[in-house]
Amino acid sequence: MKHDALIQTVIMTQSEWPLWEVFIRSKQGLDHKHVGSLHAADAQMAIQNARDVYTRRQEGISIWVVESKHVHASNPDDAEAFFDPANDKVYRHPTFYQVPDSIKHM
Amino acid sequence: MEDAMQFAPSENPALATYSPEVRQQLFRFVLQLADTSLILGHRLSEWCGHGPILEQDLAMANIALDLLGETRSLYQYAAELEGQGRTEDDLAYLRSATEYRNPLLVEQPNGDFADTVVRQFLFDNFHYHFLKQLVNNADERLAAIAEKSLKEATYHLKWSSEWVIRLGDGTEESHRRVEKSIAELWRFSGELTIPTALEKELQTIGLIPEYADIQASMTAHAERVMEEASLVIPQQVFMLTGGKDGRHTEHLGYILTELQYMQRTYPGMTW
Amino acid sequence: METLEMTQEEQFQARIDADVRIEPKDWMPDAYRKTLIRQISQHAHSELVGMLPEGNWITRAPSLKRKSILLSKVQDEAGHGLYLYSAAETLGTTRDQMLADLHSGKAKYSSIFNYPTLSWADMGCVGWLVDGAAILNQVPLCRTSYGPYARAMVRVCKEESFHQRQGFEIMQTLCEGAPEQKAMAQEALNRWWWPTLMMFGPKDEDSPNTAQSMNWRIKRFTNDELRQKFVDMMVPQAEFLGLTVPDTQVKWNEARQAYDFGEVNWDEFWAVVKGNGMCNRDRLGARVKAHEEGAWVREAAMAHAAKRAARQVVAA
Repeated sequence: MKHDALIQTVIMTQSEWPLWEVFIRSKQGLDHKHVGSLHAADAQMAIQNARDVYTRRQEGISIWVVESKHVHASNPDDAEAFFDPANDKVYRHPTFYQVPDSIKHM
Repeated sequence: MEDAMQFAPSENPALATYSPEVRQQLFRFVLQLADTSLILGHRLSEWCGHGPILEQDLAMANIALDLLGETRSLYQYAAELEGQGRTEDDLAYLRSATEYRNPLLVEQPNGDFADTVVRQFLFDNFHYHFLKQLVNNADERLAAIAEKSLKEATYHLKWSSEWVIRLGDGTEESHRRVEKSIAELWRFSGELTIPTALEKELQTIGLIPEYADIQASMTAHAERVMEEASLVIPQQVFMLTGGKDGRHTEHLGYILTELQYMQRTYPGMTW
Repeated sequence: METLEMTQEEQFQARIDADVRIEPKDWMPDAYRKTLIRQISQHAHSELVGMLPEGNWITRAPSLKRKSILLSKVQDEAGHGLYLYSAAETLGTTRDQMLADLHSGKAKYSSIFNYPTLSWADMGCVGWLVDGAAILNQVPLCRTSYGPYARAMVRVCKEESFHQRQGFEIMQTLCEGAPEQKAMAQEALNRWWWPTLMMFGPKDEDSPNTAQSMNWRIKRFTNDELRQKFVDMMVPQAEFLGLTVPDTQVKWNEARQAYDFGEVNWDEFWAVVKGNGMCNRDRLGARVKAHEEGAWVREAAMAHAAKRAARQVVAA
């Protein structure tokens, strides 16, 4: 990226409130789940905005927010190397093993 | 889903024990609370679609919706207290400006965002502390309405306090603007806790909280917020009153013209 | 090992054909990205501008119940705009950029919102007809090929379902009410019917991008297919209400098992698209004003956040 364009990008991103990813726990006992994103000037505001934007219909009882720039993701190009090797580890799954019919509770 | 009509009339055994006079006084006071929530909710709803950023459009609409929900519960109770067969809509749409009993603060125009935030802050600071007392009220119905509204008002006060701080501490421009709003609107804040003759009577018989009891916590909260916002609480302000006795600023007439347009143009119809 | 010989673009298309969702960091053709940004932001702008014609009736709603419903509905539209802007942002644009394009007139929004709302019955028509048309468009998009867009649409459709119902309920109440109310309903239908049919866009033969978009599964039915569906759905509903659709050519066609209907006034359609509708200037003007007058507020919040963060560093 050219220097001017870079500065322009910095100015643009600074003029806009940062983007935050929102995670909501819908009820006690469940994981927080990603529901979407929003803009907020700081974390406190992000939580409140998340409350106003994403829980208008009793969707949640707990909120996490993470500034989007802090989310690091695996690269789709690595997907095969990352995830395919698990394909042949069938012995990790209980159904791989034969248990005699007479044995219960296993 | 909760609806404004969650309070069944039978939930209030006290109703039968009130003398006609007390019942009439309580009716007038509940009406005053309802008018207050309605007019402020109405004002906030004017922002819908015009807010400084989408996220805050949603926030202000949420506050307005809370206030409208409270309004309906209160008008419904007022209608019962009156016992003349009027409905919540009759009370909201068929009374004139001089019959409205909201304090002057809530009818003030939205102005810029700082005006709206300061108006909201001044009201929320009262509303929250008032409701905190009202939940223990002898009148169970009022106490029940207050309990629901208190949760909402807690959030409102958080929202408006944080915005006062943001604007006060933010940029030179925001500081200047919020300072101006404070200078403009502070003179309407006193009316909230200066009791009218009606309020004094109800306070005497213990049916509504003493404002003196909440004044200290209101002041403490205002001081904390204003300090964090690098703002100064105006001193020796001449406090305007009258709204709670039906003497309003000119703004209310225009609000009602719009609010009541349909009901006045097409009387007696169902919508 | 055939896939190795496929070009990136072919692999991309193969995934789409297999109904595999595309996610933000996946490779995608530039044209796909650009088309999506255009489509999603246009949709987001429509939600944002769409708040205005209904918003101006919030203060005039005829009962406290209607007022609360209308306010929550218009608020939902703000939420929907927000979900959609967020979905578009995953493609590498910013909300600021999209808003700049809206404000400069470069980006479009649904032309329907350039028509004025003149009576309370318009709140009925906007909910019943306009949201009805929007839902026809949106439900298939819950299965669109781009993941964040599809997920945003699932949320939108879920929330949207009460919008059309409340519109229909307003119409039904009017139609069962006094003669003035019924007349108000018919008058509003007369004004909204044709503009709603225009919402589905130009005729298929005048919509050159449809084929590519269908291929990419970011559009799942053609404009004319959706328009026909809409007419088939709405004519019986209007009859139920005792209202007359303002098109003398509407007639059940037994052979087609669908309603025949008249030709949309395409001159009017293009005039409004090009900025010459009744409210184009007002709508855009209101958005620009809100954005510009909000600038100092957004700046203040950023400045405060920066100052507070700095103070925390010093304190630590």
